[in-house]
Amino acid sequence: MTKFIIRRLLQTIPVLLGVTILVFSLMHLVPGDPAQIVAGEGASEQTVENIRERLGLNESIPVQYGTFLGNALQGDLGSSIRSGRPVMEEIGARFWVTVELAFYATLVAVFLGLIAGIVSAVRHYTLADTSIMIAALFGLSMPNFWFGLLLIQWFAIGNWMPESLEFLKMRPSGWGDSWRQIILPVLTLGTGGAAIIARMTRSSMLEVIGQDYIRTARAKGVSERIVTYRHALKNALIPVVTVVGLEFGGFLGGAVLTETIFAINGMGRLTIDAIRTRDFPIVQGTVLVISVIFVLVNLIVDISYRLLNKRIDMN
Amino acid sequence: MSANEIILDVKDLQTSFKTDTGEVRAVDGVSFQLPKGKTIGIVGESGSGKSITSLSILRLLASNGTIKNGEVLYKGQDLLKFSEAQMRKLRGNEISMIFQEPMTSLNPVYTVGQQISEALILHQNMSKKEAAVRSVELLKLVGIPSPDKRVKNYPFELSGGMRQRVMIAMSLACNPEILIADEPTTALDVTIQAQILELIKDLQERLGMSVIFITHDLGVVAETCDYVAVMYAGQVVEYADVRTLFKEPKLPYTIGLLNSLPRHDIEQDKLEPIQGNVPSPHNMPVGCRFAPRCPAATDLCRAKMPKLETDENGNQIRCWIYSEEWDGESEVNLYGETRIAKGRGTKTVLPD
Ligand SMILES: Nc1ncnc2c1ncn2[C@@H]1O[C@H](COP(=O)(O)OP(=O)(O)O)[C@@H](O)[C@H]1O
Ligand SMILES: [Mg+2]
Repeated sequence: MTKFIIRRLLQTIPVLLGVTILVFSLMHLVPGDPAQIVAGEGASEQTVENIRERLGLNESIPVQYGTFLGNALQGDLGSSIRSGRPVMEEIGARFWVTVELAFYATLVAVFLGLIAGIVSAVRHYTLADTSIMIAALFGLSMPNFWFGLLLIQWFAIGNWMPESLEFLKMRPSGWGDSWRQIILPVLTLGTGGAAIIARMTRSSMLEVIGQDYIRTARAKGVSERIVTYRHALKNALIPVVTVVGLEFGGFLGGAVLTETIFAINGMGRLTIDAIRTRDFPIVQGTVLVISVIFVLVNLIVDISYRLLNKRIDMN
Repeated sequence: MSANEIILDVKDLQTSFKTDTGEVRAVDGVSFQLPKGKTIGIVGESGSGKSITSLSILRLLASNGTIKNGEVLYKGQDLLKFSEAQMRKLRGNEISMIFQEPMTSLNPVYTVGQQISEALILHQNMSKKEAAVRSVELLKLVGIPSPDKRVKNYPFELSGGMRQRVMIAMSLACNPEILIADEPTTALDVTIQAQILELIKDLQERLGMSVIFITHDLGVVAETCDYVAVMYAGQVVEYADVRTLFKEPKLPYTIGLLNSLPRHDIEQDKLEPIQGNVPSPHNMPVGCRFAPRCPAATDLCRAKMPKLETDENGNQIRCWIYSEEWDGESEVNLYGETRIAKGRGTKTVLPD
C-alpha cells in the first residue's frame, strides 16, 4: 500500500509540471504581443515597455519559464496587473469562498444523491424508482446556470424567501455567514451532483444486491433492512466515494457560472474578471491553483478507493 | 425408515421463474423425506433444479421466482405458509445453508468474526463479546488453525477451502436442526474437497444434524448419504436409501448415471455417458422428461408423464416400467442391465 501511495505521488509530478507549462504558455499562446494586450489599445509605447519589463517578457522563453516555475514553487505567482497585489493574496481572499461553496454543494449532493439512489435501488422498477431516475436525468441535463436563474426567480424574486436575495450583496468572506446567503448557489451546484451520485448509487446497489454474499446474509435470517444497510450499502458505496471526490474537485474548479450568477466573490469570478481585464498573472494563478487542487483531489480519491477496495482487489 | 421421525417432508414442490422468454419451471415435482439425524443426497446434472429446490425450502428465491405448488413440512408445519418474519427466525437458526461458491459467498467488507457473530447476536441474543468468543470456538470446531487470529481476517485473506470452513462455521453457529449444503465442495481442489466432506460428515455425527447434501457427484453421495433423491429436469425421479440405489437402481436414468461412473470393483472397457442432452426448460417433453434419451422409452413414456410412486419399501420412482400401465416388454434391458417390469399380469406377454 505504501508502495502504491509513493508511486501515485511520483506520478503526479509530471502531471503538475505539465500543468505549469500549460499555464505558463497561456500568455504566449494568445496571438499578438502579450504586453500590448495587457496594456490595452492606445497605450503609450512607454507603458507597454514597462509592462513587458514587469512580466519579464524580454528574457528568452526557457528562462521565463524557469523563473515562473522557480517562483511558483516558492508560492510566488507574481502580482496582479490591475491591483498590484500579489496573486497569491488575491486568490487567498477568494479561495475559501469557493471551498465553502463546493463543500456544502458536495454535502447536498451526497445527502440527496444517496437517499435517492438507495430508494431507487431498493424499490427498483416501481413508480418511486422511475420518478427518481427521471428527476435525476433532469438534474444531469439541466445546465447549472439555468437552474440557478430559475431558483433566483422562484425563491428570491418570487418573494418566497426574500432573505435569500442577500447573496446578491457581495459576500465578505467564507465561513460563518447566514445559510440563507448560500442556500441557492449550493442547491444549484448540489442538485446536479446529486443526480450523478443517485444514478451511481442505484446501479452500484443493484449490482451488489445480486451478489452471493447478500444471499448468504438472507440465509442467516437477517432482515431486509439490515441486508440493505449493513450488507449491501457498505459494498455499494465504494465506487460512489470516487464520484463524490471527483465532484468536489469539479465544484472547486467549475463553479465559475454559479459564482457569476450569484455574484459570489470566489475563484471562479476572480478568473472571469481577470480574463475580462486581461490580468494575465491572475489568470495563470487561478488556473494553476485550480489544476493543482484537481490533481490533488484525484490523488486522494485514488488512494482512498484503493484503501476501501483493498479487500476485494487482492484476490 | 418409518421408524424414524421425518424432520423435513417436501411434497410435490413446484417453482417457476418469470423470464423475458416466458415462464421457466425450474422445479416441477420435487418430493423427498429427510429423516431426523440422517443425510439425504440430492443428485442431478447441472441445471436440474437442485439449488432452486434448496432455495425454495428456505424461501430465498430471486425476486422473479415463485413457488407455485407443494408443501415443505418442517416438523409437520408447512414452511410455505409461514410469514416472512417466521421464516427469518428459522433461517440460519433452525435451518441453515452453505453455498457452492465460497469465494463470493462471504461479505468482503466484514471480518470473518463479524459475519459469524451476526447470526449469534440475531438468534441467540448474545452480546457482541459473547458472540466473538463463540466465533473463535466455531472456527476451531471447523478445523481452522489459530482461530483467534483468523477471526479478525477479512475473507480475501483466506483461501477457498478456509472460506468454505468459515461458511460451515457460520451455518453451524446456532446449532441448526437441518443443514443444507449446496455443492459445498464443487468449487474446491480435490484434496480440499475430501477434507470438507470429511468435516461435514464428522460434524453431522457429532452434532446430530439432519443434512441435505446437494451434489452432481454420485461418488460423493455413496460416501456421505443415507438416502438419495435423484433429480432430472426439475423433478425427483428416484428416491431410495443409498444401499438400494447403488445396488439395485431402478430408473433407467439412474442406471445410466451409475454406468457412466468409473468403478474399481469391475472391469470396464469404457465409460458410457448417457446419449443425448438434458431438455431445455423452455421445451420440456410432454411425457417422461427422460424419454427422448431413454433406451426403453415407449409410446406411453413419450405421451404421458409418470407420477412419483412409492413402492413397498418406501422407495420412490417416477417411471412407467414399474407401473401397471407399462406397455413395453416385461424384461427391459437398460445399459446392459436387465430390469423386470411390474407388468400387468398375464397381459404382459411377448408379441411372439
Ligand atoms: N433467477 C432465475 N431466473 C430464471 N431461471 C432461473 C433462475 N435461477 C435458476 N433458473 C433456472 O432454473 C434451472 C435450475 O437451476 P438450478 O437449481 O440452479 O440447477 P442446479 O441443479 O445446477 O443447482 C436452470 O435451468 C436455471 O436456468
Ligand atoms: Mg446449483
